[in-house]
Amino acid sequence: MNLLSRLLDERDWLMADGATGTNLFNRGLEAGEAPELWNVDQPSKIKALYRDAVDSGSDIFLTNSFGGTAARLKLHNAQHRVRELNKAAAELGREVADKAGRPVVVAGSVGPTGEIFEPLGPLSHAEAVEMFQEQGAALMEGGADVLWLETISAPEEYKAAAEAFANIGAPWVGTMSFDTAGRTMMGLTSSDMVDMVQGIDNRPIGFGANCGVGASDLLRTIQGFKAANPEVPIVAKGNAGIPKFVHGHIHYDGTPELMGQYAVMVRNSGAKIIGGCCGTMPEHLVAMRKALEETPMGPPPTNAEIEAVLGGFSSASDGTGDAPLPKRVRRRRK
Amino acid sequence: MSDEEDDLILDELDDGELVLQMHDDLYDGMADEIAEAVHILLKRKWTPYDVLTKALVEGMRIVGIDFRDGILFVPEVLLAAGAMKKGMHILKPLLIETGAPQLGKMVIGTVKGDIHDIGKNLVAMMMEGAGFEVVDLGINNPVEDYIEALKRENADILGMSALLTTTMPYMKTVIDTMVEQGIRDDYIVLVGGAPLNEEFGKAIGSDAYCRDAAVAVETAKEFMARKHNRAG
Repeated sequence: MNLLSRLLDERDWLMADGATGTNLFNRGLEAGEAPELWNVDQPSKIKALYRDAVDSGSDIFLTNSFGGTAARLKLHNAQHRVRELNKAAAELGREVADKAGRPVVVAGSVGPTGEIFEPLGPLSHAEAVEMFQEQGAALMEGGADVLWLETISAPEEYKAAAEAFANIGAPWVGTMSFDTAGRTMMGLTSSDMVDMVQGIDNRPIGFGANCGVGASDLLRTIQGFKAANPEVPIVAKGNAGIPKFVHGHIHYDGTPELMGQYAVMVRNSGAKIIGGCCGTMPEHLVAMRKALEETPMGPPPTNAEIEAVLGGFSSASDGTGDAPLPKRVRRRRK
Repeated sequence: MSDEEDDLILDELDDGELVLQMHDDLYDGMADEIAEAVHILLKRKWTPYDVLTKALVEGMRIVGIDFRDGILFVPEVLLAAGAMKKGMHILKPLLIETGAPQLGKMVIGTVKGDIHDIGKNLVAMMMEGAGFEVVDLGINNPVEDYIEALKRENADILGMSALLTTTMPYMKTVIDTMVEQGIRDDYIVLVGGAPLNEEFGKAIGSDAYCRDAAVAVETAKEFMARKHNRAG
């Protein structure tokens, strides 16, 4: 059994890591540079990134390979280095996890290809499967415990990755980004995602939401998952608030205390794997771990409670529940 | 498809009915039906400009409203834009031939360091759908490229897009450079992208932050109207 499945059996909740990009930029990554190149060029900085997550109490950390598909690396003319860069990302992770002194899961991060699927866009299903398989195999070869698909918008892409990971027999987790009126950019609702996940042959061992708009929207999405009675554990990785522009720099407005409250609320809403996304720094993770350990389980927060603590929602509805969906009446054809 | 749908004969509809049907067909992304209807209106002696504005642009405006309100999502909008494009393909040479008025010209691209272009592509498509001329600079644009294109194309609007919090500050670099060169006020500067917000748009000196493609179109129209009033 893979380490993540074992820990899920043993524990009530697990804490994942925080931001990769935000932390790397603080370590000197330049905008436009491919973070994945650092797996080979700056390995000590990548290990320090992983170690920060471990030292802050994460049970799981994601490798520095989000943009590691050939489609993404092509933008940096590095499409021929998929195996090298992804394998290195996982090897560095393995090294850090094995020294942690407790079980820590190395999750091989796989991000979206950035392409739109046929027939609306240029990407074919076969091409997508091939790219995910190439990346996934290299991450597993480098020693990842599981693969971790994240920030996906299109159901086609999620399914293509599931097929690719089945081909190489890799256990995996997959989360989507719900950033458009409570749905993914492609219109998928939280309950739609549960239906999709349950229908996949190679089911993930965890599914859920990451990134998106703010912590409030993410909580509503998690509650939407829960309401659909999923058989698979739920993952929540929300951003540390909303980015603000302060003195020429971008700063996320979520404080460590607020992220601690978010972690407890999201666990009470049904998430079993809890982490952060953009803007989540080691100090946020420490506060989240502390809050999760010190606060007993409670009832899920109401929308009003979520708004009071974490701020307002980006849209009135998220497309789930009994409220009738707004629909435009067409004259004849539909 | 039901039989009823197949029975609908566009040429039997009167002009008013046909235009309303075109709005529906754009909404449903039915490209062949749009092309057929454009030909019918032209055959009925409509000017290319009227076909564009009353049938296509108005139809895309409705699509834009429902996209903004979370009723339609990206796949439906891409289909609608595809149908619009098919209609535009027929109209474009005729519009040039007849010297039809233009709404405005936009130069658009993601900023230096940012390679995420789905949002930018959507804005470009919706702007074209609304009747604007769009010069798409693609991804990863340094300030020189934006300014060179604005001058070369005699554009009215600059659109900048960034998906990353690390690349969005570059928008300020572009605007600051335009100020230094004394050309800032010659253009309408619109910014957009997932991590941005109105406060950020103001802080860097843009004219407006646009939440999504539909808002971008409405904002561009509004600023162009103001610009014309000022000129007149």
